[in-house]
Amino acid sequence: MLARTEPINGTAKPKPVSSPMNNFKSDLLNSFSLKSLKLKTKQQELLIRVSILCLVYVLAFITRLFSVLRYESMIHEFDPYFNYRTTLFLTQKGFYDFWNWFDSESWYPLGRIIGGTLYPGLMVTAAIIYWTLRFLRFAVHIREVCVLTAPFFASNTTIVAYFFGKEIWDSGAGLVAAALIAICPGYISRSVAGSYDNEGVAIFALLWTFYLFVKAVNTGSLAWALASAFGYFYMVSAWGGYVFIINLIPLYVMVLLITGRYSLRLYVAYNCMYVLGMLLAMQIRFVGFQHVQSGEHMAAMGVFFLMQVFYFLDWVKYLLNDAKLFQVFLRITVTFTVGVGAIALGVGTASGYISPWTGRFYSLLDPTYAKDHIPIIASVSEHQPTAWSSFMFDFHILLFLFPAGLYFCFKRLSDATIFIVMYGLTSMYFAGVMVRLILVATPAVCLISAIAVSATIKNLTLLLRAKNKVAQTASAKGIGSAKSSSKGLLDQSQPFHRNGAIALLLGAFYLLSKYAMHCTWVTSEAYSSPSIVLAARGAHGNRVIFDDYREAYFWLRQNTPPDAKVMSWWDYGYQITAMGNRTVIVDNNTWNNTHIATVGCAMSSYEDEAYEIMRSLDVDYVLVVFGGVTGYSSDDINKFLWMVRIGGGVFPVIKEPDYLVNGEYRVDKGASPKMLNCLMYDRARGVEIGNKDVKLEYLEEAFTTSNWIVRIYKVKPPNNRW
Amino acid sequence: MARSTSKDAQALFNSLRSAYSATPTSFKIIDLYVGFAVFTALIQVVYMAIVGSFPFNSFLSGVLSCVGTAVLAVCLRIQVNKENKEFKDLPPERAFADFVLCNLVLHLVIMNFLG
Repeated sequence: MLARTEPINGTAKPKPVSSPMNNFKSDLLNSFSLKSLKLKTKQQELLIRVSILCLVYVLAFITRLFSVLRYESMIHEFDPYFNYRTTLFLTQKGFYDFWNWFDSESWYPLGRIIGGTLYPGLMVTAAIIYWTLRFLRFAVHIREVCVLTAPFFASNTTIVAYFFGKEIWDSGAGLVAAALIAICPGYISRSVAGSYDNEGVAIFALLWTFYLFVKAVNTGSLAWALASAFGYFYMVSAWGGYVFIINLIPLYVMVLLITGRYSLRLYVAYNCMYVLGMLLAMQIRFVGFQHVQSGEHMAAMGVFFLMQVFYFLDWVKYLLNDAKLFQVFLRITVTFTVGVGAIALGVGTASGYISPWTGRFYSLLDPTYAKDHIPIIASVSEHQPTAWSSFMFDFHILLFLFPAGLYFCFKRLSDATIFIVMYGLTSMYFAGVMVRLILVATPAVCLISAIAVSATIKNLTLLLRAKNKVAQTASAKGIGSAKSSSKGLLDQSQPFHRNGAIALLLGAFYLLSKYAMHCTWVTSEAYSSPSIVLAARGAHGNRVIFDDYREAYFWLRQNTPPDAKVMSWWDYGYQITAMGNRTVIVDNNTWNNTHIATVGCAMSSYEDEAYEIMRSLDVDYVLVVFGGVTGYSSDDINKFLWMVRIGGGVFPVIKEPDYLVNGEYRVDKGASPKMLNCLMYDRARGVEIGNKDVKLEYLEEAFTTSNWIVRIYKVKPPNNRW
Repeated sequence: MARSTSKDAQALFNSLRSAYSATPTSFKIIDLYVGFAVFTALIQVVYMAIVGSFPFNSFLSGVLSCVGTAVLAVCLRIQVNKENKEFKDLPPERAFADFVLCNLVLHLVIMNFLG
């Protein structure tokens, strides 16, 4: 019974294996015939460890498959559709065409240089897996590979977490870390089957890079530093969040230098990783020369020069062998270096050569920045600050195990534990600023909590084993001598300690099992819905599936001329190009604020003004999302205020107060006149509320899906004029 | 103050010179190599200052290859030096093999980046 529940919950238990423990469970082991295999203890431990890791690997994969089982194997959300389309292109046309691809089907009429504006890591990874499977004669479709890439890499992350835990603390902590991260909701949210997005691969690359770097610092070997440079290259190719790595590692080196832990191993590890990593990272066109020009990467360069200074000073000290002379040398050099460094930085920043921190990352330091200056960044719901409930939802018991783990790390400070403490603290700060970054904090929280769990359970079982030994020797000496005072005292205190230890162990067991149940429930309820297919309960409690989005996109694909251009809000751009195969005006890449503002302006103006804008963009069809019939709450009317804000950011004609009534946003009969007459209102809600008799002059309805969720309108060509 | 500083500086210089001449020849060769790499990097920077940095990737790859080989040579020197306690158990062949491997990767990436 104990062995069966071990892999899921009590993974920390079987660590300190030696003969007393075996005696403890000898009857169980006999029943499982481990002893009959005549394995030595070390081999038993290895067998247990390997089997636990295998089970955790499989668990991490299958817990992410809820939506595939419930609906079908398809790609979720919006961004993954773009990734899917590019991967399709890569597998069909080959790598060189992919690298140099200019896409004229999105952002009409500007087009988009896809080859130079994306992170190719995810697509190349999926393509390699696809080609490998094809080579082994498995006839899979690229979509299946794309859907299952994220769970596959989640499983790999658990293995890396095991090795990382082993490096920081010991193998027991590694096992617990692997088990915790396999089911942690913070990670599952972005890596379910079907969520074919950069983060699925990037978190694996992140943990992988950190593990290799810590290993390099611990061993001081050039080979490990080279491996960590390659890990960093993979991370840069996968996600824009690599900036976290290139800032955390220099910060870590600084902390080590300040706490007096400078060592030659650190020098070798950091220098090799920085130079090679920087060079490799610049091969990705999207990153380009940012490593030497952007302010976000300057910390790494500064620390690089600082390391050279440290090494030089260390070498001179060793050469001189004389403290007084060294003081003189120190005085001269330090003033010189600091002066030169400050001048260089000042000149670089003032002349604009070193660009300041860009908006997206600056809003991490100053969370109110985006709301005032860049409405597009502020409108994404994932960029909002995190609420406490999100933390509890995503982390559960790890939330209080995290400080406990920090305590243990501080008790046993080493280069590796300092790293994990820093990673944990910085990532928790950023997770508090932006909801999306809970994902980055998850591996750190899991690792530190694993240290807490592992250390606590180890101490408790040590207590158990010691008491057991003493109790055995006491009973062997005979019952009579147990009545003597010293023995009596010992006997009286022993059961108490032992009971306490057993109670605490049971408590830990209970907590971990609650955690597992919570994670599975969260995964099943909250994180497994593809937002492209909606489900609801019908009047009789049966499950009703709304497949309206795909219905609309396929109608577009089959019933419109191939060069038709579709205007919609940017949320749907990727899906329209991927599934509808038509040109769109704006999509989720949001790289051109003015273009998006033009669309926002069109949606929020009167019909005739909007018509002018649409003619200038050659729009043939307009697609809107309408939730009135089904009560779907995330339709375009809800997003309308953002259209106004973004449009108003560029075209001062659009003023937000025009659309509000007494500062409130209403869509029924009491709405403001500008609101009642604008294009979006006509298109989306025109039928039921407010303006009842809407007459459309310039647009005609082309298609409405079966649940009235997506409505497509055709732009009428101008009247013949002479 | 200035007089004592200059006297200190002279004493410093002399003791440095005498201590340095005591290092083994193999290390002096590595130091010469490092100095050569840094000197080449400096020449490239001066050249860029004169003629402008148009193919920026070429400039970067040139400078970074010099800096990279300098850094790797210093790492080799650290790992081969028997007086460094942390690298006592590292066989010098392994250090040299790592050095060669890293240089190989460095120059492959440089050649791709030169453009």
